[in-house]
Amino acid sequence: MAPDRLDGAKFRAFCTVPKLTQLPAIPYKIDMPVDPNTNYTNSALRVGDVDPYPQRLVGEFIGTVVANPAVNDEYRHIVLKVHAHALQAYAGQMFHLLCPSPDGAEVWMRRPMSVYRVDKAKGQIEFLYKAEGRGTRGMALLKPGDDFNIAGPLGHGFTLEPSWRHIVVLGRGVGLATLAPLSQLAAEHKVGVAAILSARNAGVVMSRDLFEGLGAKTVTVLDSDGSSAVENVEKILEGLIAENQADAFFTCGSNRLLKLMQRLGKKHNIPGQVAMEQIMVCGFGACYVCVRTFEVDGKRVLRRVCREGPVFNMQEAVGW
Amino acid sequence: MVDLSVNIGAITLQNPVQPASGAFSWEYNDVIDLNRLGALVAKTICREPRLGNPTPRMAETEAGIIQSIGLPGKGIDYFIAHIVPEYAKFTPPLVVSVSSESIEDFAALAEELSVPDVDVIEANISCPTRNSTGGNFAMHETYTRDCITAMRAKTRKPLWVKLSPNAGDIVSIARAAEDAGADALVIANTFLSLKIRTDNFRPALGNKFGGLVSPALKPIVLRMVYQVAKQVKIPIIGIGGVTKAEDVVEYMLAGATAVGIGYAGFRNPTALITIIDDLEAWCDARGIRKVTELIGAVRDQDMETDTLAAASAGV
Repeated sequence: MAPDRLDGAKFRAFCTVPKLTQLPAIPYKIDMPVDPNTNYTNSALRVGDVDPYPQRLVGEFIGTVVANPAVNDEYRHIVLKVHAHALQAYAGQMFHLLCPSPDGAEVWMRRPMSVYRVDKAKGQIEFLYKAEGRGTRGMALLKPGDDFNIAGPLGHGFTLEPSWRHIVVLGRGVGLATLAPLSQLAAEHKVGVAAILSARNAGVVMSRDLFEGLGAKTVTVLDSDGSSAVENVEKILEGLIAENQADAFFTCGSNRLLKLMQRLGKKHNIPGQVAMEQIMVCGFGACYVCVRTFEVDGKRVLRRVCREGPVFNMQEAVGW
Repeated sequence: MVDLSVNIGAITLQNPVQPASGAFSWEYNDVIDLNRLGALVAKTICREPRLGNPTPRMAETEAGIIQSIGLPGKGIDYFIAHIVPEYAKFTPPLVVSVSSESIEDFAALAEELSVPDVDVIEANISCPTRNSTGGNFAMHETYTRDCITAMRAKTRKPLWVKLSPNAGDIVSIARAAEDAGADALVIANTFLSLKIRTDNFRPALGNKFGGLVSPALKPIVLRMVYQVAKQVKIPIIGIGGVTKAEDVVEYMLAGATAVGIGYAGFRNPTALITIIDDLEAWCDARGIRKVTELIGAVRDQDMETDTLAAASAGV
């Protein structure tokens, strides 16, 4: 019932909202200010941190950007100073990168990327990438001194059989960045490398100097002059096989080139490995987002790129 | 120092932080010490081996990710023979999530999973991309009651029931699960969602629909936990958008006894450990001796109300 007249104590009594329950006194402090969440990634390891879980195979690391220059019209090369544990990465393994935003909106998932180079002496790890999607465009904005959160190393990389004396690597575009550390591994084991580098034009050929610096023989094939056509690459591969330069095949970055190497591998009984990518979420084999199809003994199976890969038996890959 | 342990029925968790089913496997041992977690929660298993849904299985949106995995797995026999022993290497209790398309099979699976190394059975009756009559029983009160009653009859293991945020009235479904014998409620599964690509006019996910996983879910699921906690007596595990220790506190204040974490562990593989450490520090800074003091401690009874606004509403 409303008061007759809006005056004095009667009105105030009407307006007072009664307490519903008498609460007990609170036995602890609840009036503390909310902390800015500075510890959001405090379990990630920075350079020199003592690892509270040293038996880990994979770490979450906060690296410091040393350099992040453009290497040509499309590709950039980022160098990070990282915790010693991250330097255990080997050829073909990946890190899961927490890329900064290129546009102010959130980048929700990490981006998997294979390692380009590990420099143990300097405590650095390097990635070669094309600033194309939102994650890599955000990465392109990183400046020397910035933090960059990476998790890894993830997955199974390339393997070299002791009996192999000469291997052939065939990569296209940014796939060559994945194959580059393989040629480093091969050089360390005195295995000869013939590298066929495929690209759209001469301006975007990746890593030729790196391959040649490691003693690899390189052949560049381009879309711009037609030399990257499958028939021509097939001729080059047949030539290498005839010269006994092909104990094993390795490829990354092109479905067409994968199919070609599968066909020639089957014909000449040459084993092979392919590095594959897929949209990835957890990186630990838990979520089953990053699966691809493989054919094993006539049966189709799914395998996780993060766990069983990213390097797979070339003959079992169905492609994409 | 604060005592972080909580009880969920007969099960004691050393702290209220556990992974969410589907976002975790024993393989996370590669990066974090699993013995520090409140519980281990296995990916949902089904009776038969399943390949899962077509790819892509994940797409980013403006506010989180949507995913549709399709419950891939090698089936219950393989799970009991090969996966349970992997989890048994660690000390926290093992929660096994299970799904099926029929109530009879849900009950049979509960019976078969009642083996020594399984500590809790979580009935995933809320897989968002399943049909409400074919396994997504948490969309309806009656199906929920029937399914949990049937499972309860076949197992003496603690039975947790994972509810759907896509149901209209989650409170009555929660009460049906409690009446049917659930030991705890897990609130909630993912939100049924869709993304369409404007570059090719196609759905972004191979399965078309997916579940939204995002910190944006926290206020919505928190509201559900709060509403359900007022109406049931059994403990609640809150899942949705927890990315930091304060989020755990928020869920506990709303009435949850523990929380499950999915997305944060994708973004930062070490996030669960960070959150446990930060929760301990948060409680210690405030002189909280037992984390259980936070459960349902939201101060919703003595809110400071603007008296003039109340007056104008009433006059």
